[in-house]
Amino acid sequence: MSALMQEMGDKALALGVPLAVQVDLTYRCNERCVHCYLDHDDHGEMTTTEIKHLLDELADAGVFILTLSGGEILMRRDFFEILEYARQLTFCVKLKTNGVLIREREAARIRDLGVESVQVSIYSHRPEVHDAITLVPGSLKRSLTAIRFLKSQGIKVTIANVLMTENMQDYQDVRALADELGVRATLDPTVTPMMDGNRSTLRLGAEENALKRLFRDQSLVGDVDEYCAVPSKPNEDELQALPCSAGHTAAYVSPYGDVYPCVQFPLTCGNVRRQRFIDIWRHSEQLKEVRSIRLKDLTSCSQCTHGSTCTRCPGLAFMEGNMRGPSTQDCEKSFARTGIPSANLLSRKPAAVNLVQIRATPNIAQASA
Amino acid sequence: MSKLYIARSPKLAARVLDGEMMIMSGQDSTLFTLNKTATVIWQAADGKTTLEEIVERRIVPEFEIDADAALQDAETLARELASHGILQVSEEPIAPANPAAGDAQ
Repeated sequence: MSALMQEMGDKALALGVPLAVQVDLTYRCNERCVHCYLDHDDHGEMTTTEIKHLLDELADAGVFILTLSGGEILMRRDFFEILEYARQLTFCVKLKTNGVLIREREAARIRDLGVESVQVSIYSHRPEVHDAITLVPGSLKRSLTAIRFLKSQGIKVTIANVLMTENMQDYQDVRALADELGVRATLDPTVTPMMDGNRSTLRLGAEENALKRLFRDQSLVGDVDEYCAVPSKPNEDELQALPCSAGHTAAYVSPYGDVYPCVQFPLTCGNVRRQRFIDIWRHSEQLKEVRSIRLKDLTSCSQCTHGSTCTRCPGLAFMEGNMRGPSTQDCEKSFARTGIPSANLLSRKPAAVNLVQIRATPNIAQASA
Repeated sequence: MSKLYIARSPKLAARVLDGEMMIMSGQDSTLFTLNKTATVIWQAADGKTTLEEIVERRIVPEFEIDADAALQDAETLARELASHGILQVSEEPIAPANPAAGDAQ
């Protein structure tokens, strides 16, 4: 993040302005990724008019960065109408897509409308791995073709690579592919539970040894010793820190109008079909609660040696049952990185069964009494 | 000083934060911020109104400054913004370049 963007972020935080909002236009999708956290049925998406009205409200609220995502955004027939409207309101628009429906004409339209960047999900350089994750034969080829079309239009593209057991061994090749295509690549070893709370997707996540190797890859982390160093407990300043930007300068709106602090934090704070976005942003009791939380308020994490360096996601903690609690997935990442178990992991460790058990014998004096 | 017309460049992202305009260049995602005076000029840059008129109507009354000095400063600013690709400057009126380029709020 540039220093100027950081400065704007700080100013937005001080003023209570939602600088960045993600709007999922649909949960429908033309892929069926094995790790996806969404229900792809349409349960009553916002109409074109409703979305345009929402965009007006977001602009009025001061939103600058607008991420349009899904589901697959191009599954909406009105996608370009919505995008054009968003650009008329001068949002900095970022798109998240699988690219399957992007051809030369769509790429040219995206360029003409001045989109800031497009993120495309690529899980492997090998079709048999990528397509086995999306469950759509030929999807890697189509996504890569889309990236080439977007690049040929001069659009900034980022490859997003979610790392799981199934594709963990391919991340270096995906990075090489990104270099070849002239695009950035991001890696994220986080698989999230489904929005309805179903945690079955977590079994797909990378195993501990694979995470350890990932965190010790110098080409990714730079100075391995520094990155994997044993942290010191959070100091007083760090205990006052905010967990993340969710609900502070960032928010999420679902295709059904529900407002959450973040896409990974499915705490319903209001619905834009019934309330103005700005009223939800300013007055929601749920958002007020999220905003009140500092590191010192976290039951386990405030006492944990990883407290100030952990990537703890408040949304994952919420989905685990307590927005003030730990996110065990992040505990596991901290452990894989440093070899030091978090306070949460230590508390879960089953008590060792003693080989020699000592049973108290009755007090002799009492026994004889 | 010749008449200058100014217009906001298309493909920019822009939003006012606390009276100051944040602008992100569509070319390279560089972020700029404009102070309150520059923000007023940028918002008024419709391609049809001359810089002189903008300064007379919007800057001089609001910021209580000398008109000649303000116009000179405004022209310097306009040319600098043009050098970054976030404003178009011309001696002729400028037609809207992109239907998606709207009014920054």
